[in-house]
Amino acid sequence: MDPAGRRDFLKRAGAAAAVLGGAALVGVTRWDRGAPGAIDARSERSSRDYRVSDAAPDAAMDLVVARDDADPAALTRKAIEAMGGMRRFVARGDVVVVKPNIGWDRTPLQAANTNPLVVAEVVRLALDAGAKTVIVTDASCNEPNRCFTRSGIWKAAHDAGADVRLPEAHLFRDMRLRGELLDEWPVLATLVEADKLINVPVAKHHNLARYTGAMKNWYGSLGGRRNRLHQKIDLSIADLAAFLQPTLTIIDATRVLLRNGPQGGDLADTKETRTVIASIDQVAADARACTLIGETPGAIAYLALAEARGLGTTRWDRLRTREV
Amino acid sequence: MAAGGTARRFLGSLADRARARLHPKRAGSGLPARPVIRALVWARRVVQAGAFALFCFLLVRTGFSGAFHTNVERVRVGLPVEGFLLADPYVAAMTLLSTRTVYRGLLWSLGVLALTLVFGRVFCGWICPFGTLHHFTAWLFPSRYGTGSRRVDSNRTHPVRQRVKYYLLYASLGAALAGSAIGGLLDPICISVRAIGLAVIPVAHYVARASGAAAQSTGSAALIATTDATQDLAGRVLLQNKQFYYHHAWLIGVLLVAIVFMNRVVPRFWCRVMCPLGALLGTFARFALFGMEKDHAKCTDCNLCLVHCQGADSPQGGVKWRQDECHMCMNCEAACPEDVIKFRFLPGRKSAVTVPDTGRRTAIASAAAGAALIPAARIADVIDTNYSPFVIRPPGAVEERAFLERCIRCSECMKVCPNNALHPAFFEAGIEGLWTPILIPRIGYCEPSCVLCGDVCPTGAIQKITEEQKLGVGQKPISIGTAAYDQGRCLPWAMATPCVVCEEFCPTSPKAIWVEEVVVEKREPTPQPDGKPPRHVSLTVQRPHVDPSLCVGCGACEKVCPVQDKPAVYVTSVGETRSKTNVILLEGQDYNRPKKT
Repeated sequence: MDPAGRRDFLKRAGAAAAVLGGAALVGVTRWDRGAPGAIDARSERSSRDYRVSDAAPDAAMDLVVARDDADPAALTRKAIEAMGGMRRFVARGDVVVVKPNIGWDRTPLQAANTNPLVVAEVVRLALDAGAKTVIVTDASCNEPNRCFTRSGIWKAAHDAGADVRLPEAHLFRDMRLRGELLDEWPVLATLVEADKLINVPVAKHHNLARYTGAMKNWYGSLGGRRNRLHQKIDLSIADLAAFLQPTLTIIDATRVLLRNGPQGGDLADTKETRTVIASIDQVAADARACTLIGETPGAIAYLALAEARGLGTTRWDRLRTREV
Repeated sequence: MAAGGTARRFLGSLADRARARLHPKRAGSGLPARPVIRALVWARRVVQAGAFALFCFLLVRTGFSGAFHTNVERVRVGLPVEGFLLADPYVAAMTLLSTRTVYRGLLWSLGVLALTLVFGRVFCGWICPFGTLHHFTAWLFPSRYGTGSRRVDSNRTHPVRQRVKYYLLYASLGAALAGSAIGGLLDPICISVRAIGLAVIPVAHYVARASGAAAQSTGSAALIATTDATQDLAGRVLLQNKQFYYHHAWLIGVLLVAIVFMNRVVPRFWCRVMCPLGALLGTFARFALFGMEKDHAKCTDCNLCLVHCQGADSPQGGVKWRQDECHMCMNCEAACPEDVIKFRFLPGRKSAVTVPDTGRRTAIASAAAGAALIPAARIADVIDTNYSPFVIRPPGAVEERAFLERCIRCSECMKVCPNNALHPAFFEAGIEGLWTPILIPRIGYCEPSCVLCGDVCPTGAIQKITEEQKLGVGQKPISIGTAAYDQGRCLPWAMATPCVVCEEFCPTSPKAIWVEEVVVEKREPTPQPDGKPPRHVSLTVQRPHVDPSLCVGCGACEKVCPVQDKPAVYVTSVGETRSKTNVILLEGQDYNRPKKT
């Protein structure tokens, strides 16, 4: 057997040393000391305030109730007209996101989702006011494809010229809400990357919250396991309303769900109320709309929480208001 | 200069090789193949690629794609996505033996039978997507005996090995006669749908998602926008806008890889050794009007015909051609330089074996073994006495025995389910129920207005029900099980905490979940400031209850229950409409339809 020569020895020892050195370098640079992971406390509270700050035109209202017209589109048009027209809210070239309630695999007459005609009319008015694109989206409760299709909103909004976007899983980004209850949650990015945000909920009954409309509609901005929110439903609704303050709120109450909310399923659960409420104050809008399903603002706990945080007023009658 | 010379030589050798590829110098007498044969070989390649593409297209479209133009009231797939299964004579033969009927679209399988009676096993060589997968992989990664005489040997007929598929066929048909379509486990189309649909596509999606997340973490706006756009497109085109998970699908994926890998050992291992559909077509190939004739005298034993032989069916001179093994790929005649091999209509049969060489006794024994398997599986307790709570069958599924007569485990229903609710059973439904569909509500619940699983079921194991039948418009709704509460885990029941998400999601009207308001006591989590034990406060919670007469077992409550690992409300199969014995409530009354007001 040949003993290793000097050259061979140097080669082999060098190779061993190089491997050890490489391994040591990887080990040291990638060393995890196992210290308890600190939550990144530096990140700022993220919220989106989409309200327009320009002084309102003199004739414009803060809250409008449009009533007694069988045509949902006409009601919507009248309400926005009395608010000072869509141009008050949408500037030329804006990316406008319209957020209806497309939560359930239900058809329009079942009144679990926003009426497609109301959504389409809002899209049309926003485009007429010069919006570059109008995006319609929601993070549904049931399977989104079915909800978007069967609610009739996909077709109606598409025909009106909107870009209808499904809540694809990859569109949810973790954000720090820093609310009283909600901190880090996955949020639908489309809603926080807009120029203007128009909330177009439907007013309906809800067993836990009693009434839901504008503020509860922001549940549809979240991903993740949002079923835990119901343990403190009022607080979580108030947190979300502080997180997202829309340019404009348009509550569809053309047909409301009186019981078996929030899904309904039976036409006997609904009532045709032929009303659309528009407001720049989402708290006031909810305070007005809850009366349509037989509630009073005082009975809805999250309205008081939101008012206490200065997100709006439940005394909607003290705003500049009009019925048309 | 020297470098330039080397490059020129290298390019020259490449050109030589390309020329040799395009116009191979033919060995022996060098007689060229007939133009019609050369055209047929190319036609076969085009048809194979087209059929495989069509199969993949139909598979990815096996899902619900909402769109602005979709019918709101009646959502259907709208394409014959189960077409390959409907044309599958093996599926038709099994269900004919088990149910004594040919279900709806399975009549299309007569087309493939007719094709076989004229041309032999062209389905295997020209159409079958699983066959094409093996043809392609065996070409891309040839057998480890890839060259020379070893390659020729690997394509000679191995009678012992190649008989296996006939035994599997006879056993499957025996089992079918005994009342079970379990042979679908081995059907190549079922395997393709199951393995590609439940394993390959979800794995690809997982990898795409991970790459997307990696791209997002770079923070580059351009990269994020690109991956978002790509994933949006993939979501719309491939109908994968969320990750789909399938219960124990790893085994389905591993078996696919193993079967494909076997091409390294035996070329087209699946088609030659295992495939019962190929065997069925092989037993009918004896009637084919088209076939091969050989002129043995001209053969020089060059064996070029064996180099690319797909079926290992003895195309060479000196032995008899095995018509039942031949895939009709035409490679042998295209390769023969001596004018030995001729494909033609009504060939002489002197040098052909037309029937499988399985002995009659072994054939009968295989069928008997298959038939005996069914009672052996069913003396296990799962069908008659010890109902598994996990065997929640899709809505519209027929009663369990009839279901096993029909279900070919093709996975169409699992692939189409928009909620990822349907899964291949492992041993939940007994050994016989392997890979039959079960509903796992924790992964996905049954959407009340959706009837897509029945829409795509090729054999009627899941019937084509309407929305009205499922929802119970003017009739009893279809129930697939019943929900129950685990009161020790439920927040309002056990933890004095408001919740009732289950009630919110309950889709029936009136809701099958109703709530009772109760005042409960709750201990504060911290002691009082003066050190006294924590105070008790009382608060009102809504406690959920199930009305079994209204519950349809959709599992929405179980899906959304916030008690994450083991939910406080869960669905089991009891009370399913399809069973007369797996019941809770007294039959005979229309419990489920309260009078409409």
